[in-house]
Amino acid sequence: MSEIALEPTLAAEPRSRRGIRALDLAIVTALLLALWQLVGRATGGIAITPPLGTLAYLADLVQTSLFWDHLGATLLAFAIAFAISAVGGLALGLLLGLRRFAGDVAEPILAGFYTVPKVTLYPVVLLVCGLGLSAKVAFGVMHGLVPVTLFTLGAIRTLPPVLVRTARAMRLDGWQTMSRVMVPACLPDIVNGLRISFSLSLLGVLIGEMFSSQRGLGFLLVSGLAQHNVPLTTSVVFVVVVGAVLANTLMLRLGRGTSGRE
Amino acid sequence: MTGGVGDIAVMEEPHASLRGVVRRYGGAQPVHALGPVDLDLRRGEFFSVVGPSGCGKSTLLDVLSGLGRPTGGTVSFEGAELGGEVPDGVGVVFQEDASFPWLTVRDNVAFGLRRTGLDGRETARRVEHAIGFMGLGQFAAHYPAQLSGGMRQRVCIARTLVMQPRLILLDEPFGALDQQTRLLMGDELLRLWRETGATVLLITHALDEAAMLSDRVGVMSARPGRFIDLLETGWPRERDSRVVSDPAFGALTSRLWSSLRTESLKTMGRAA
Repeated sequence: MSEIALEPTLAAEPRSRRGIRALDLAIVTALLLALWQLVGRATGGIAITPPLGTLAYLADLVQTSLFWDHLGATLLAFAIAFAISAVGGLALGLLLGLRRFAGDVAEPILAGFYTVPKVTLYPVVLLVCGLGLSAKVAFGVMHGLVPVTLFTLGAIRTLPPVLVRTARAMRLDGWQTMSRVMVPACLPDIVNGLRISFSLSLLGVLIGEMFSSQRGLGFLLVSGLAQHNVPLTTSVVFVVVVGAVLANTLMLRLGRGTSGRE
Repeated sequence: MTGGVGDIAVMEEPHASLRGVVRRYGGAQPVHALGPVDLDLRRGEFFSVVGPSGCGKSTLLDVLSGLGRPTGGTVSFEGAELGGEVPDGVGVVFQEDASFPWLTVRDNVAFGLRRTGLDGRETARRVEHAIGFMGLGQFAAHYPAQLSGGMRQRVCIARTLVMQPRLILLDEPFGALDQQTRLLMGDELLRLWRETGATVLLITHALDEAAMLSDRVGVMSARPGRFIDLLETGWPRERDSRVVSDPAFGALTSRLWSSLRTESLKTMGRAA
């Protein structure tokens, strides 16, 4: 059968594709480093520090407890914000996806809220939550909750009804249908939503720290700017970028694993 | 060789039966989809239902499986009345591809069994048997997306088969497949029916398929679907797709078509 003939190509392709992808990655990284170097040079170090200088500064920075303190504060706020976004968004998305009318009402509202520049609401958040961790978390959730909700909702809606009928024909109860059929079927979309939510809640937390906080990488960045400590700001940006890219890659890989095609 | 509508009732206790079953759908434009329908399925028989499109064939399967509740009348399986749930011992195969794309063929087939509390070795044995039976042996580790439509439908049949159902309901399972694959799948279905001893109800729009596979064929009218004819094919239990060259096959098919022709015309008139 044709399936057998397909076999060798299926097996051989990933290896060469992986080689090409590694090459792509190397080229892009080299280009970015070159651009970084160029901009650093051109601005004479008043905007950003070139790569080598940054790495040297960073090497010193990571030996201070101050750095780990700020990093820890950011990670804590982000972890809470992302957890709330992920769990809350998933639950909300499932609920709205299953309740057709509620979903029809909520979707445009959520999509509308998603397009609002949330920075404009930050003063309100501050007044409600006060300075500190809760404001950062709240701001992170405001950014991160909606994507997971919308992606989950969309995935549940486009789920082939026959899968749910199959679950019923196999005598699964409501909870089992949800956990064993609907969530796995929607997982590729849910992971995509989580990926976007991940970067947006990080963005929310960092913005929160930049505006009104005494701790966190966002605060470190702003104080670097205020003191015109260019190596410090560049280092912080570098740490955030590397962390975000790594996390994103991890989640992309996770997403590919869940779609289960290979 | 043929039976009229009147003598559906048989002496022995029916395996599953519908009594005065009616199904209406509410909403802005209420639809009377089915009935009233009376039907007795004999234990171990192969029964096919044919009818014009939209006549309520799928609704019949819905109600008989317990997936849907009838608006009126009663449905019973092995003597017990259904109460809005699919009873143990009933397996359903749908027209659409219902394989789970996130599971391998083996895990798809094992899906239902894993919840039954059957011990691991017995589960594995039954899964391997069902996979082998449906000719999926070399694809056990594949994902559905790597398989053709016919193979995916085999996965769904194997997933139902592994539960050892006593009544198997199939809703146009080969509707989306090409003609050659359909004929071969028909043979597989006959083999499955013979070896499991299950009662099979097949819903199909293909008259030749119904004439070739069944012990009895019920012909439904245009909506609201009712049985307007019932044929006994008289085929021996040992049979396969080669019955199509039997002279009786031609007679059966033309009898089915003459019953169905007027009804199909009604449907087309309604659609136009």
